Amino acid sequence: MRIRLGVSVIAGVVAAGLMLAATHSAAQAPVYRAPRTADGKPNLNGIWQALNTANWDLQGHAAAKGPAPLLGAVFAVPPGVGVVEGGEIPYLPAAAAKKKQNQANWATLDPEAKCYLPGVPRATYLPYPFQIVQSPQSILVAYEYAGAVRVINMGAPTKAPGDSWMGWSNGRWEGETLVVDVTSQLDNTWFDRAGDYHSDALHVVERYTPRSADTLTYEATIEDPKVFSRPWKISMPLYRRVEKDAKLLEYKCVEFAEELLYGSLRKKSSN
Amino acid sequence: MGRRSLASFAALAVVVIALLAQAPAAGQTAGTAAKGSPAAKAWTAPHTADGKPDLQGIWVDNTLTPFERPKGLGSKEFYTDQELAELTKRVREARPGERIEGAELGAANPQEVRYDLEVYGFDRTKLRYTSRRTSLVVGPEGVVPPMLPQARERNAAAAAKNKGHEFDGPENRSLSERCILLNQIRIPMTPAANEGNLLQIVQGPGYVALLHEIDHSTRIIPTDGRPHVPQNIRLWQGDSVGHWEGDTLVVDTTNFTNLSNYRGSGENLHLVERFSRTADDTMTYQFTVEDPTTWAKPWSAEIPWTKTKGPVYEWACNEGNTMIATILRGARVEEEKKGK
Repeated sequence: MRIRLGVSVIAGVVAAGLMLAATHSAAQAPVYRAPRTADGKPNLNGIWQALNTANWDLQGHAAAKGPAPLLGAVFAVPPGVGVVEGGEIPYLPAAAAKKKQNQANWATLDPEAKCYLPGVPRATYLPYPFQIVQSPQSILVAYEYAGAVRVINMGAPTKAPGDSWMGWSNGRWEGETLVVDVTSQLDNTWFDRAGDYHSDALHVVERYTPRSADTLTYEATIEDPKVFSRPWKISMPLYRRVEKDAKLLEYKCVEFAEELLYGSLRKKSSN
Repeated sequence: MGRRSLASFAALAVVVIALLAQAPAAGQTAGTAAKGSPAAKAWTAPHTADGKPDLQGIWVDNTLTPFERPKGLGSKEFYTDQELAELTKRVREARPGERIEGAELGAANPQEVRYDLEVYGFDRTKLRYTSRRTSLVVGPEGVVPPMLPQARERNAAAAAKNKGHEFDGPENRSLSERCILLNQIRIPMTPAANEGNLLQIVQGPGYVALLHEIDHSTRIIPTDGRPHVPQNIRLWQGDSVGHWEGDTLVVDTTNFTNLSNYRGSGENLHLVERFSRTADDTMTYQFTVEDPTTWAKPWSAEIPWTKTKGPVYEWACNEGNTMIATILRGARVEEEKKGK
């Protein structure tokens, strides 16, 4: 009797659990239905921007002194709880050591400091806006930083003609979500100013899901067996730049990087 | 249970998507059929799903037509078909390095250093004229108006300022070498020496994006009637706003920097570009430039664009720029030698 009661209690708990799980999965199904483009797809057109400190460090971090003490509090590191699911980036041991080295020397090693193209996913959460221009066949994504750009092919997936800084993007729609498969990225880009990096085996799957009229959920799954022990994921909201006549302006940062790149080769004024 | 209903939902979605995908394909078939029929003469410009003229695709502006009209042609604006066929034949049969009046051979023109262009896929037999025009610059003169004395002085002064300091630091090198503003991406867009000047156009509601393959130079042009950004914001590529006039995209650009310099122009350069589809695989690109501090009058050019296949490659300039470092290092080594 007791046992039977126990069993039925367990059964009840299991049933309740299943129901909860069912409710939960229903809740995960898109609750928000985005406005449509003329061809019936979720309309992602607009100027978007991340509002977090992921570009400083994908993982949670406290505020810290910046690399240019002369600038005082202007260029100190702002704190953030991090955007990595589970908190940790699963580096292989040797790769973890390289990340530490990168981090210790980031001010001179970070490709961002040199105004190099940022790669994916970093382009998304740099502290600059980016714009999505969406058509049925191609989705062009232009980033203010360094005038970076990529065109997501929405037709039958195609193969990259070669490796590149911004990689090769094939996209598809999964319900409300734009899923972009990014391959063939060079190993020269980083993920953040904390020295997080990857190899040329990087494979990124991005998911852009509208969550309200002016926000998207951005998720990126990162896979790179040469550097990480397993795939890992970042996730963050993106916000629409709603101000009137919002516009990407030129941010051709090359000239701001020339002292870092070529300063040592300048003619000495004493000559 | 919940799983199964989700799965069938997905199956239904696939069916719906497949049906949706068929709709435009069927429309395209109908369009192709119409093209072959006698009614094909009434060509209408294609439109996007939201009803705007559709300029999308990958375009190229290679042409043998020279920018300015050869002197001997006077006010002759157009060749006859026969003249054009003869010129084309001469170009294709020309000896390497031979100069032909009336043909812009671009990278194949005689030059100090000869590159083996065939390594890069250069094929002389594919060189062609894209219109009967004798020059890309339109009008009875067919040439760029002479530069005003004040513009000549301005440009000479800028060059003089740099004289003797050409190798001091990166700022003394050209914008093109520094990967800030490559000569081939200065707007208006003109054929870049037959090098394969790819332009990809993508349209979204209220915007036309122009992606130039060279240095991934991208202009996103709003067509919502907004004004230019404030005058104090100066940009290498200027500030572009657009609107539709019938089936033509009209783009107005101002706010250039005083170094943007299109053929000697100053920061007051005002550029108006017009993009019109003329057939399934052609578009006419026209532009008018005016700058009263540089030319006595505005002038215009017309360049046919042809649809081509991709892919558009990534052109990363700064990322691979060993030139500036090599030039400056060379200069420092020279100085050290002299000092010893």
